Amino acid sequence: MEQTHRLLSRREFVKKAGAVTAGLMTARTVIAEEQTVTLPFENGVRRLARFPQKRPLILQTSRPPQLETPFSVFNESLFTPNDAFFVRYHLANIPLSIDTEAYRLEVKGAVEKPLKFSLEEIKKDFEAVEIAAVNQCSGNSRGFSKPRVGGGQSGHGAMGNARWKGARLKDVLDKAGVRAGARQVVCDGLDGPVLPQTPDFVKALEIDHARDGEVLVAYEMNGEPLPMLNGFPLRLVVPGHYGTYWIKHLNTLEVIDGTYGGFYMAGAYRIPATPGGCLEPGEKMTDSVPITRFKIRSFLTSLEEGARLHAGREVMLRGIAFDGGHGITEVLVSTDGGRAWHPAKLGKDHGRYSFREWTLPWKPEAKAHSIQCRAFNRLGESQPLEPLWNPSGYMRNVVETVNVTAA
Amino acid sequence: MKHHFLFLLFSACPLSLTAADKVVSIQLPAETAAYKEAPGVELARGHCVTCHSADYASSQPPMPRKFWEGAVKKMKEKYGAQIPDNIAALLADYFTAAYGVK
Repeated sequence: MEQTHRLLSRREFVKKAGAVTAGLMTARTVIAEEQTVTLPFENGVRRLARFPQKRPLILQTSRPPQLETPFSVFNESLFTPNDAFFVRYHLANIPLSIDTEAYRLEVKGAVEKPLKFSLEEIKKDFEAVEIAAVNQCSGNSRGFSKPRVGGGQSGHGAMGNARWKGARLKDVLDKAGVRAGARQVVCDGLDGPVLPQTPDFVKALEIDHARDGEVLVAYEMNGEPLPMLNGFPLRLVVPGHYGTYWIKHLNTLEVIDGTYGGFYMAGAYRIPATPGGCLEPGEKMTDSVPITRFKIRSFLTSLEEGARLHAGREVMLRGIAFDGGHGITEVLVSTDGGRAWHPAKLGKDHGRYSFREWTLPWKPEAKAHSIQCRAFNRLGESQPLEPLWNPSGYMRNVVETVNVTAA
Repeated sequence: MKHHFLFLLFSACPLSLTAADKVVSIQLPAETAAYKEAPGVELARGHCVTCHSADYASSQPPMPRKFWEGAVKKMKEKYGAQIPDNIAALLADYFTAAYGVK
């Protein structure tokens, strides 16, 4: 339980439920304290649960597993530890055991030479590339949607930043030889539905995107093999794009000369075909397009909601910013609810797909303060001051506010 | 980090000497989420837990019957759940009573 205590934050108000969960072991009763956190929206109480290769994480759903990273983790390091990295599956038939020698990645369809690669071949036959990139669920922060919408009710922890190492998807495809006229690459992994009639979780990338040299078939995350629940032994890494494209347990790549019409492309993960992908709150979506790149976001990580500070004593405000890969150029910080904005200092640049640290020293006066941060990228894009809305609760990127008091 | 990983490696095929090196396995914790008692709970237990745990419903915000009706319809039409129409209506009633707002 030591570790549990460490990662809990006031932001996710901790409660020891004191539930007796374990049974009799010899003569003694083992009492396991059940820890819960409360995400700051209605019906936001969640258990902290320990899954294999993971520290206790916020349990959104248990089958299939959806685990959220406690927000305090983002203040511990710029790269999210593997054991704290969020987990999101769609369908409950997930692989629990992988024979790494028998595992194959098949490349088929509109290629000159259909091929099957072993893990060894993916690691040895292709140049290994490492990229720092954020993975973020399309519905990260969905619980804050107003009006509320259905789906996984995440706080801000369905995201993470890691160093991903693998082969370029381009190199793998080119070994099989993509035929002229190819339009998309259809990507599938070992996870699948319980019922045969449920559509399998399959995604498609446009051929030029798949061959841009940045999309990886990754086998390492932060210098270690991928945790099972993050896609062991191979997952797609699609920098700057929402996690829906980052197929786990990747085992099939099919090149097609049309547009893939499967449910998770044509019927789900779609955003309004409007500028900004938003609608008036409560409005129905008519025209839609598949979700693609992250919207620009930033967070204050060093102070939690309700934090109490010493008036007149300098603290370092710190946080993170990221976007869909254009690159963060500036982060402005306000400590007075958005009236005055001050440029923060940007930390080391780990590449345009990584979290970028920002810092700003601040000496608070004795009163209540609303702290906000707002990032800008190379295109001049920034975050809205009022939340945008869409029916699936995707792509939240409003300027967030953290309220603290100095005395 | 490393010791966590090794801790979780175990052989699925104890007869093979090298199995531990090549087979990576995990065991998921026991599922504890359960549907709340309310009229119709046996229908949720019968139809919904086939594909997902009860927290798929219990984690949703309090929503009106129309929302739950839509959710059941989606399971039927998009995900292939075998739910007769009369049962679908009763499921919507159950979810509204157990997790929704009237």
